[in-house]
Amino acid sequence: MSYPRTLLDKIWDAHRVAHETGCPDVIYIDLHLLHEVTSPQAFAEIERRSLRVRRPLRTLATMDHSTPTDGTSLENIEPMARRQLLRLAENCARHGVPLLGYGAPGNGIVHVVAPEQRLVRPGMTVVCGDSHTSTHGAFAALAFGIGTSEVAHVLATQCMLQRKPAAMEVQLTGTPGACITGKDLALAVIGNITPAGGVGYVIEYRGACVEQLSMEGRMSLCNMSIEAGARAGLIAADATTATWFREEMDYSHWRSDRGATFDRSVRVDVSGLAPQITWGTHPGMVAAVDAHVPQPANPGECRALEYMGLDPGRTMSSVAIQHVFIGSCTSSRIEDLRLAAGVLRGRRVAPGVRMLVVPGSRRIKQQAELEGLARVFKEAGAEWREPGCSMCIAMNGDSVPAGEYCVSTSNRNFEGRQGVGSRTLLASPLTAAASAVAGCVADPREFIKEQTHGI
Amino acid sequence: MGFESVQSKCICIARDDIDTDQIIPARYLRGIDREGLRDGLFQAMREGPENPFATGASDAAILLAGRNFGCGSSREHAVWALQEAGFRAVLALSFGDIFRANALKNGLLPIELPEPAWHESLRIAALGGVLTIDLAAQVVRGDGVTAEFAVDAFSKRCLMEGVDELGYLLGHVARIEAHEGAGYDR
Repeated sequence: MSYPRTLLDKIWDAHRVAHETGCPDVIYIDLHLLHEVTSPQAFAEIERRSLRVRRPLRTLATMDHSTPTDGTSLENIEPMARRQLLRLAENCARHGVPLLGYGAPGNGIVHVVAPEQRLVRPGMTVVCGDSHTSTHGAFAALAFGIGTSEVAHVLATQCMLQRKPAAMEVQLTGTPGACITGKDLALAVIGNITPAGGVGYVIEYRGACVEQLSMEGRMSLCNMSIEAGARAGLIAADATTATWFREEMDYSHWRSDRGATFDRSVRVDVSGLAPQITWGTHPGMVAAVDAHVPQPANPGECRALEYMGLDPGRTMSSVAIQHVFIGSCTSSRIEDLRLAAGVLRGRRVAPGVRMLVVPGSRRIKQQAELEGLARVFKEAGAEWREPGCSMCIAMNGDSVPAGEYCVSTSNRNFEGRQGVGSRTLLASPLTAAASAVAGCVADPREFIKEQTHGI
Repeated sequence: MGFESVQSKCICIARDDIDTDQIIPARYLRGIDREGLRDGLFQAMREGPENPFATGASDAAILLAGRNFGCGSSREHAVWALQEAGFRAVLALSFGDIFRANALKNGLLPIELPEPAWHESLRIAALGGVLTIDLAAQVVRGDGVTAEFAVDAFSKRCLMEGVDELGYLLGHVARIEAHEGAGYDR
C-alpha cells in the first residue's frame, strides 16, 4: 500500500474476506468471546440450521454476568440464572468451545480474562455479544460488541457482515494532574465529546499521556469508548504492549502511519486534569471531584439531577454515600486493586458505607491475596468477593437499593443500572476508595500525597 | 414476509440518550430464548409518573424517541422486547450503533429523521394522529408532513426481501477458507 493508513485501515484490510459493491464487507473474526447472557439464542439459531461452530478454538466462553460473588454454589442461585449458566456449559460442551466456568481457575469477567490469557494480540479482530468488547482495543486490536444475531453469524462462519466504520482521532494533549487514571481520562473524553460523539466511528486515542498509560489504564480508557458512542477504541501497539506479552514482538506495523487521515479529529486538553466523577445518568454528565454539581443546561440534565437527588451548586464532596463498588470490566484489574488498596491501607471504610471489592478474575483474586491487598481490603472493613460483573449490572443479586448512592468504578450510571432506583457516581478506583473512607464523595489527592500518574 | 409499510399511531418518548438499560433492565435478561421480554420493556418508565404508554395508543407500532436512542449495551433483547410489544419501527433523531444494527437484523426499522420532520411527526403523534412509513419509497407521511429518510440499499433489500444474512455469509465459505489459509496472523 502506498498511501498512509490508519490503524483501523490496516486491521480492516487484513481481515476483509469479501467486498461486493452495495453490500457490507465480510470481515474475518480472529477471536470470539462468549458469556451466558447473549449467547443462548445464538447457539439455538445455528443448531436450528444444523450448523456447527466453525472455529471452536478461536472462541472462548466465560461465566460472569449472573455468577454469585459471595461463594454461593450454582445449585443455590436463582433458578433462571442457573438455567442460563448451565445452558452455556451445555452449548460449549456440545460444540467444543473452551469454557472458563464458574469457579474454574481462569474464570472471570470476559474482558478481563481474554487479555489475561494473552489471547488478544495486536492487529486482531475481536468480537463479543457485549458492548464493552471495546476494551481490547488497548492491544491495538479492532474489538467491538455485537448483537446476538451477529453472535450466531460468527459462531457459524467466523465472519460477520460489517460496513467499515469511520476513523476518529482523539488526541489527548497536556499533562494531567495527580491521581489521574485511565478511568479519569475516559470520563474526561466522554464529557468532552458526549455519549453520541463517537457514533459511527472507531476512536483511536493518541497523545503522550495515552502512551504513558499501562495496559490496565489503556483497557480502562478503551473500555468506555462505547460510552462515547463508538463501538471500538484503539491504541497503537508499542513497547508497553510488548511488555504485556513478555516476549520480543515486532509491533511497529500496528499503528497509524504518519500522515494517515482521520475522518474526524478531536483534541481534548487534559492539562492539570483533576479526578473525575459523574453526577448524572450518563457518563458524559461528569465533573471534577472538587467541583460543584452544575446548573442543568437542558431538560435531560434536569431529569438526571432529579433522579440523582442532587441540587445544582452543591459541592460533589458534600454527597454522602452508602456504597462503594470496586470492580467491573472497566476497573477490576490488579493495578486497580493496588490503587484502591493504597488508599485504604491503615484506614477504615466509614461507618454506614458498604464497600464491595470484586476482582475481575480468579487469577487477579489470587494475585491480590498474594500481594496482601485482600488483607488490606478486609482489614478496612470492605467485602472481598469472588470475581464477576457483580454490581456493575446487578444481575446476580449484588445491587444498590433505591435512592442510595454508590461510588462505582464501573462504566454506566444509567437509571436503574445498579438496581431499581440506584444512584451511581462513576469514578476511578482511587476516588472510590477515598470516598469509602470519607463516607462521602472524596478527592483522592487528599489521601495520596505522591504524584500518581501514568496509570 | 418482508417489510413494506407501517401505518400506525405512535408512542412518544421524546428524550435523548434512552439507553438499553431503560429499554429493558438487565434483570430481564436471564432467559435463554427471545420470549417473555415484554414485561421488562421500559419497566421503570411505565411505573413512573410520565408513563408514555398511559396516554399513547395501546396498539401503536411506531415509537418516537430523541437523539442517541438505544445507546449502551449490545443486548438484542431491547429489539426483541420492542417487537414483542408490537413495535415495527422507531423514529428517532439518531441511534446507538449496536442498537441500529440489531434492529435491522430483526426487521425493526430504525429511521433517523432530520429535526424539522421529527418535530412534525411528534406533533402529529401527540394529537393521536397516524404516521405511515413507506420503506420502498423511503418516506414517512402524516397529516401535513412528508419526510424522506435514508436507509442503505443492502439493509433495505434485507428488510423487504427477507434476505437471510447468515445464509449470505455461508455463501462465502470458499473465500473464508482461503482467508484462513492465508496466514495473515502476525
